[in-house]
Amino acid sequence: MTESASTFRPENDAQLIDAIAWANSDLKPLELVGSGSKRALGRPVQAAHCLDLSAFAGITLYEPEELVLGAGTATPMADILAVLEEKKQELAFEPPDFGPLLGRPAGEGTLGGLLSSNLSGPRRIKAGAVRDHFLGFDAVSGRGQAFKSGGRVVKNVTGYDLSKLLCGSWGTIGAMTAAVVKVLPRSEKTRTVLVRGLDPEAAVKAMSDALNSPYELSGASWVPSDLTTASDVGYVRDMESSVTAFRLEGFGPSVEYRCGKLRADLAPLGETEELHSHNSLAFWAWVRDVKPFGQPGDERVVWRLSVAPTDAPAVLARLHEITGAAAFLDWAGGLIWLALPHPKTGAEELVRGALRTGGHATLIRGPKSLRAAVPVFQPQSAAAAALSRRVKESFDPNRLLNPGRMYEGV
Amino acid sequence: MEMPIPDSDVIARRRDIAEDLSRIVPGEGVIVEEDERRPYEADGLTAYRTLPLIVVLPETTEQVAAVMRYCRDNSIKVVPRGAGTSLSGGALPLADGILLGMGKFNQILELDYPNRCARVQPGVTNLGITHAVQDDGFYYAPDPSSQIACTIGGNVAENSGGVHCLKYGLTTNNVLGVEFVTIDGEVLRFGGKHLDSEGYDLLGVLTGSEGLLGVVTEVTVRLLPKPECARALLIGFPSNEAGGDCVAAIIADGIIPGGMEMMDKPAIDAAEAFAKAGYPMDCQALLIVELDGPEAEVDYLIDRVRGIAEARGATSLRISETEEERLTFWAGRKAAFPAVGRISPDYYCMDGTIPRNKLPHVLSEMAKLSTKYGLRVANVFHAGDGNLHPLILYDANEPGELEKTEEFGAEILKLCVEVGGVLTGEHGVGVEKRDLMPEMFTEDDLKQQQRLKCAFDPQGLLNPGKVFPQLHRCAELGRMHIHKGQLPFPDIPRF
Ligand SMILES: Cc1cc2nc3c(=O)[nH]c(=O)nc-3n(C[C@H](O)[C@H](O)[C@H](O)COP(=O)(O)OP(=O)(O)OC[C@H]3O[C@@H](n4cnc5c(N)ncnc54)[C@H](O)[C@@H]3O)c2cc1C
Repeated sequence: MTESASTFRPENDAQLIDAIAWANSDLKPLELVGSGSKRALGRPVQAAHCLDLSAFAGITLYEPEELVLGAGTATPMADILAVLEEKKQELAFEPPDFGPLLGRPAGEGTLGGLLSSNLSGPRRIKAGAVRDHFLGFDAVSGRGQAFKSGGRVVKNVTGYDLSKLLCGSWGTIGAMTAAVVKVLPRSEKTRTVLVRGLDPEAAVKAMSDALNSPYELSGASWVPSDLTTASDVGYVRDMESSVTAFRLEGFGPSVEYRCGKLRADLAPLGETEELHSHNSLAFWAWVRDVKPFGQPGDERVVWRLSVAPTDAPAVLARLHEITGAAAFLDWAGGLIWLALPHPKTGAEELVRGALRTGGHATLIRGPKSLRAAVPVFQPQSAAAAALSRRVKESFDPNRLLNPGRMYEGV
Repeated sequence: MEMPIPDSDVIARRRDIAEDLSRIVPGEGVIVEEDERRPYEADGLTAYRTLPLIVVLPETTEQVAAVMRYCRDNSIKVVPRGAGTSLSGGALPLADGILLGMGKFNQILELDYPNRCARVQPGVTNLGITHAVQDDGFYYAPDPSSQIACTIGGNVAENSGGVHCLKYGLTTNNVLGVEFVTIDGEVLRFGGKHLDSEGYDLLGVLTGSEGLLGVVTEVTVRLLPKPECARALLIGFPSNEAGGDCVAAIIADGIIPGGMEMMDKPAIDAAEAFAKAGYPMDCQALLIVELDGPEAEVDYLIDRVRGIAEARGATSLRISETEEERLTFWAGRKAAFPAVGRISPDYYCMDGTIPRNKLPHVLSEMAKLSTKYGLRVANVFHAGDGNLHPLILYDANEPGELEKTEEFGAEILKLCVEVGGVLTGEHGVGVEKRDLMPEMFTEDDLKQQQRLKCAFDPQGLLNPGKVFPQLHRCAELGRMHIHKGQLPFPDIPRF
């Protein structure tokens, strides 16, 4: 998968600093790797060497009552989720596992990979994104210098909020070694209300109305009939039509109460169905991990579009003009998952052309040749691109860390 | 506090510069007369005052861009200002810099309920947003105590918080997009009505950057539907420890209240004397816990919190039965600053954050410092998220007392850092905490942050003298000292 000549695996900060300092002296680009679970996402990195950060693993801080967890960036997400589970806590942004979507086993991801990609799950509409839960980190810059930002407390405006910059920077700013995240209590109860047969327009309207009600939705998704048939939840398959799903989570009495109110509000749209604990969890995991496009052997190109929720029906209509398009909505329409059978071009022009009123599209899955040929991340205006480049160079002047992973020259 | 030495050449050119600027911002938008500049000489940190070179009050983004280009081309410094309520001196003017007042950007541009957001100009007040949408059942969540006056542009620059931030997040978690102008006069947009910004999260970087990276000319904020109801508990405890324990136990029980505020004895006394909120006088610590949401949930959680509080030795406990009663509970807390102002000629408001469980330790250390400096201190505390506001009582007319107060304040903040906390939770570094930055950051950390500033502002013209204790030239910061290694790091395992 990599063109890297050799792999370096620093075991501590000093070695990491040495490695990056050396890369600077020889101007040798480095590909940063945690577990490698997301290596197939992004522009292919042309790096002389691979910088394996897997030694920076282990949970170093977990104080449930303080709602914080700190760990080495190579700590497997599975380990983190397991300790949180024990204390009935969670990462509220609902971290997805894109392993199978990207043709790898499930459960391989690391904390560092999660933070570097800023990919959030369905609860993003209520709880915020990965970036909203990322409190602080230690890293080594492309200059080969250790630096840090943030801390272990939520309320903190001391200096620039570099956690935001590092989050979603795909390893192009610094090599993170440790991070602190905010954790939250897990809901005691989850219920999902399903409405059958809505078209995208009606579904987006219904989701918007529900989100504007005081019932505190924590998930709102629309799945068309051609995809519900593949759902692993019987109730959803049996609908034999499109499904609009509304999730409610929280304390038992509260969920029951809101569920009743919401069903009454939705009644004019037709028959509603309710998913309880296990089925509700399974349905949202299916949406979260993009399982409709993540089955073994599925080699379609996958795009992720972030749009203003009410733009979704129009964007979706344009996307459906592309031959073979399949798509579903999360985030009440704000997130469109799209699969296409176009391995050569990914129909890039048509996909981005469908975004007429803002938003952006990211190529999540595609053959390497495609990821090298078309912009994986949304192209920026000249001024924004120039600023991004200067920001990158302020941390990594020789552009050695994951060069080109996001944008050419960054 | 030393500020960069003003450039006397620039000051000498005041009239000429004003004339140039009034070609960009016509009419009353350029203020040069001394008595008219006077109202801008300080922000909320009134101990520091400087008359700005010129005050400019633009009305359009194009004017901001043209002013910025002019300032860049003529190497003139720029200090952005919203309402001037910063408590850290973020909007403190420079004698050789223009003060760019954003007050005329006071329009709400769009209310988009289906997408739950509003597009507003930066000079709109924080409360102005909620006022504009509340009749339609919405509100803007971050609620700094200064919300009646402070602007959303200032909130973005400071990443301001409020009592509701425990559950609903700070400014940074409630802003979806910005339009901002760089010192090069370029107008950029980050984010929008969609949820995740593309590329680097420069929206996140800009938020809390204290006017050092660019001027915000438009903000898209997230709106939330108003909760069905809110009720509060007013709980007295015999000690700060017991109050702190209760806070931890509530969170450990899986409950994140809408607000959770604590006051110590001196703050309770001052607040009660001022606001007559009916606070219990026989306790050492007072906790206000507010629960909001659907009625069924609030009623259920009120019971749960009551049980927890009783188990932790609460000496008094009241539950609001009406909206008036809930507001009365808050009246004392919300009036804590003016209340303290009544019992002392002056007070100095500090703003550190600590890990919550360090509260008893920090309060008892603070009591020792209070004795050492001979200055009284009252504490209000965003207990849920560990953000502490010690109010030091002093008299500025007593020679030396301000200096002593600042020293006391600095010791408190160092203590916060020592126990794993930070120098500022929501008020910003500004000039106030600038020289304490090395308590938290190494020289390399601070240089790296300044390199980031260089990416936005290579000449260092935007709000210099704030945040960073030592100013470096960008060229100097950019230099790298790498010695050519012999063999590639022989100690590092390779495969
Ligand atoms: C009584 C009182 C209570 C307070 N309570 C709280 C509280 O509960 N929580 C809290 O967080 N803060 C609080 N504050 C502090 C203050 O109100 C906030 O920091 C607020 O966000 C400042 O807004 P402003 O419009 O007054 O900005 P200003 O004071 O004018 O400026 C603050 C900073 O923002 C920059 N700035 C302003 N506008 C722009 C713009 N358009 N573009 C770029 N930069 C800009 C300035 O350069 C400066 O660095 C309180 C202040 C007072 C006086």
